[in-house]
Amino acid sequence: MSTDALALPRMELASRPVVSRLHDWVTTVDHKRLGILYILYALVFLVIGGIEATVIRIQLIRPHNDFVSPQVFNRLFTMHGTTMIFFVVMPVLFGFANYLIPLMIGARDMAFPRLNAFSFWMTAFGGLLLYFSLVGANGLYGAGNAPDVGWFAYAPLTSRTFSVGHSTDFWTLALLVSGFGSIGTAVNIIATVLCMRCPGMTLAKMPLFAWLNLVMAGLVILAVSPLTAAQIMLLVDRYLGGHFFDTQAGGSAVIWMHFFWVFGHPEVYVLVIPAFAFASEIIPVFSRKPIFGYPVMVGATIAIGFISMSVWAHHMFTVGMSSAANNFFVISTMAIAVPTGIKIFNWLATMWGGKIEFKTPMLFCIAFLFQFLIAGLTGIMQGAAPFDWHLGNSYFVVAHFHYVIVGGILFCLFGAFYYWFPKMSGKMYNETLGRVHFWLFIIGFHLTFDFMHIPGLLGMPRRIYTYEPGRGWDTWNFIVTIGVFFQAAGILVFLGNLLWSYFRGKAAGSDPWDAWTLEWSTNSPPPVYNFASIPVVKSRRPLWDLKHPADPDWKYE
Amino acid sequence: MQSRGSINWRVLGSQILVWVNCNSAGLSNPTPPLSPTNIFSPASTPAKSIFGLSLFVLAVTGAIFLVVFTLLLYSVVKFRKRKNDDGREPAQVYGSNQVELAWTIIPILIVVALFMATARVIATVQKTSPPGNAIAVTAIGHQFWWEYRYPELGVVTANELHVPITDPGHPTPTFITLLSADTDHSFWIPRLAGKTDLIPNHPNTMWIDPQETGVYLGQCAQYCGTQHAKMLLRVYVQSKDEFDRWIRQQRQPAVVSATASQGQGIFETTACINCHAVSGTVANGRFGPDLTHLMSRDTIAAGAALNTPQNLRRWIRDPNTIKPGSLMPAMELNDQELDALTAYLETLR
Amino acid sequence: MTTTSLMLPQTELEWRLPSRGRVGMYALIAAESAIFTIFVVAYLFYVGKSLAGPMPRDVLAPPFFYTVCLLSSSLTIHFAGKALRRGKVRSFGAWWLLTITLGALFLFGTASEWHRLIYRDGLTIGTNLFGTTYYSLVGLHGFHVVVGLACLATVMAFTLFGALKQEHAERVDVLSLYWHFVDTVWIVVFTVVYVIGR
Repeated sequence: MSTDALALPRMELASRPVVSRLHDWVTTVDHKRLGILYILYALVFLVIGGIEATVIRIQLIRPHNDFVSPQVFNRLFTMHGTTMIFFVVMPVLFGFANYLIPLMIGARDMAFPRLNAFSFWMTAFGGLLLYFSLVGANGLYGAGNAPDVGWFAYAPLTSRTFSVGHSTDFWTLALLVSGFGSIGTAVNIIATVLCMRCPGMTLAKMPLFAWLNLVMAGLVILAVSPLTAAQIMLLVDRYLGGHFFDTQAGGSAVIWMHFFWVFGHPEVYVLVIPAFAFASEIIPVFSRKPIFGYPVMVGATIAIGFISMSVWAHHMFTVGMSSAANNFFVISTMAIAVPTGIKIFNWLATMWGGKIEFKTPMLFCIAFLFQFLIAGLTGIMQGAAPFDWHLGNSYFVVAHFHYVIVGGILFCLFGAFYYWFPKMSGKMYNETLGRVHFWLFIIGFHLTFDFMHIPGLLGMPRRIYTYEPGRGWDTWNFIVTIGVFFQAAGILVFLGNLLWSYFRGKAAGSDPWDAWTLEWSTNSPPPVYNFASIPVVKSRRPLWDLKHPADPDWKYE
Repeated sequence: MQSRGSINWRVLGSQILVWVNCNSAGLSNPTPPLSPTNIFSPASTPAKSIFGLSLFVLAVTGAIFLVVFTLLLYSVVKFRKRKNDDGREPAQVYGSNQVELAWTIIPILIVVALFMATARVIATVQKTSPPGNAIAVTAIGHQFWWEYRYPELGVVTANELHVPITDPGHPTPTFITLLSADTDHSFWIPRLAGKTDLIPNHPNTMWIDPQETGVYLGQCAQYCGTQHAKMLLRVYVQSKDEFDRWIRQQRQPAVVSATASQGQGIFETTACINCHAVSGTVANGRFGPDLTHLMSRDTIAAGAALNTPQNLRRWIRDPNTIKPGSLMPAMELNDQELDALTAYLETLR
Repeated sequence: MTTTSLMLPQTELEWRLPSRGRVGMYALIAAESAIFTIFVVAYLFYVGKSLAGPMPRDVLAPPFFYTVCLLSSSLTIHFAGKALRRGKVRSFGAWWLLTITLGALFLFGTASEWHRLIYRDGLTIGTNLFGTTYYSLVGLHGFHVVVGLACLATVMAFTLFGALKQEHAERVDVLSLYWHFVDTVWIVVFTVVYVIGR
């Protein structure tokens, strides 16, 4: 590959004024740049959401603490939840999907590059709108304000009666706007995966990453749209005097719960399926074996997608549903454990008989397997409705879903960061710092979220700004808060590693991991056009075929 | 109501609890272990049924964890890349249908077993018809306190629910209708039953049949606004006689005491009566707790403070010092008025 | 480097993929369907739950004429697309204009119904649950008709300026998909509001 062709634009770049280079980024429609914008944007919000979490935990370090007022505490947990779900995890996953899907399927860009840019900026403005509530929710007359209705914003707390001012409107509009962005991205991913594959890459020969993101995009289409509809209804109630969720006029508070969780539960799988996608790329490469049971993995993912649409009311076991409804949602919730279990077993089988290299990405993925196993099992406990009558809305639930989102998704994400950082930046990350990050974070994670289950079992509900002494919750909450500082230190090391490696890291080369998918066949970072000529593939591991011409995959698949 | 199959789990459960208790000696008082709101020390049939199920589920998930964790640990240790690696790629295995079938069918069987156990407990707890001698209570959630009405006994009180003990030969369970006056709340006394939400325009029911006397604690478990955290629950389980005595006492109208007439005057001429009721007087507000027998309660402000004269005075002077965000306004009374008003409230026995 | 060597020498296989325009439009339609589903569920859930009048039975009359207008516009847009694929741009323009007219007529029908409901029957979005759900559902559909008409009008403008050619037939077909979707949704809305809900 001609290195001159690449050196030229880079020199040009360095000599051009900052404003002009910034202009390139703002107006870009290149999937790689948009991917990086998504990721950087999410990292900024990760720090903001992390600071909110830290303040929450400092407040809860001992009973009757008054580090923050109840009003501020309620805003903090609302903003923490909303930020982390909608403006950290979703954008960062969309970022990786944007960056990697075209490279993995041998395409030069997404199907609709301008829609792609539009979607990113919608998401970005959604996040800004949410935080603009700090200034704008009460005009310039009120003190600082922010949404304080919780991230699932149960009616009628969101009605004009109980939520005066405009903070709830900012929350609604932020999710509405970023929701349009998410739907746009999902449309784009579906069209890209189905219509932009390079010659030879049939659906059965796509990398699992593309498959899983296709399922994720389908779920976004079916899940985010109900949220959009519900937010429109809430706006109608708040601005036009409608009665959708107005219990005084015969409206129902429960129907909001249904609408929200019809979005909310598939949303969990929107977030976790891309995490599965990372694991499904990283684990095989560092075990030096192909993914075990590829067709089963695809089938299990699709099954998860379908079943996840029918489990939403397991968030509502305590709202007084009939026993028939409770039974239905118990069985559907438990059923989803089957395909999820299949995936865990397939990853284990991929490692089985391999030669596992414990590089940082693999460390994070192994920790993911361990933690996701526990998260799944605590999920089954809550799937048993009567048990959930205790566990629902307690700290046990908080521990459970942080196990999924931090222990599962975030660990996979860190793995993905380290795995693809060489491709995106062209530089190798610092392995020592990576390990320091891993150990700090895993210690902090387990201190915080293992011990967080216990106060839940001892009767501590979530979303309380303080608690009574003598309930047996003090020690556990103290340990939980200590863990947060380890996690924060881990995040700082992680960000430091990214920065240091970007400026000082060694050149990575095009294929540092001796990997098998198409993105490793082009330069690091890839040129604007991705591939000088469109590749043609015969198997799921085109680079394996290339490296082992005597024993290619396509003979066996 | 406990069926035969789950007895083993109950025995196992008590053993686990003893173990937990021994291991945490000194952390809190011995009964109940660890916490007065421990879900693993049930004292009422719904909580006991859930306890039996939860031990079964814990055992099954624990077994799954051990198996899978062992496999993970084994593969990480056994198949790590060795120092003296020859650099060759390992055997490339693409999959195996038999193995896939095995780890599909076994989980399905486990799921079916878990579902059947769960469905049985759902049926036990969600029975709808109260027996003839059941006590009927209506609990109404308010921001941020609890109103209790005994429609058949003619009693209205707040924040402290009194129920009779059930004796197995002659059960007197309490059936609670759950309503809300404003936002969503949730009623959760971990030792007596699982939680059920109080949702406006959506009446719910639950029942308890406590088998030991004592005070059972809990708190609102559905975020309901600023002071969700200090919306505490207290359930007093009393012997049949004590309960009857309490009912009789609660049905009396307020005792008018000549010594507190100045305070009564202040109470009845300020905004107090817009929200509070004292039976037999002009005060008949409904937004706040009924104060007719205020002094029969151990706590004020939904359990946020003990019911002492000092706390009462502080509460009237500025509720925000005890419960910031409480909907009761500070009454802006001077010290002398505060003393008189507190003295009046002290007479409401 | 590796990029070039990936050109394995075997490209006699014919490589055909679905059109991204169509796939994208179907995905968008799926998302829109989900939004409409939620509004329809809300409508059905609240049928008969209004605490005060006016009730649907008293004030609603099925708009048969305007329904026929909207549904027949699906036919006319189909003929328009057919004409364009054969290169008959003038014929396309005529059918297209007829489609826009029928769509606009439908909108006029909705507008006059709303006018009557508001000024004669006193039903607004804040009157009762029926008002809230009715205006939201019918309004959401009407909004989609407006968006559709704006897109159709843009194509009409291109046609009038002579910028539309036979090669644009595929794109016009993708747009027609959206219009068919808007028509199909009306069948659902009509059934829910004027048949089941009355």
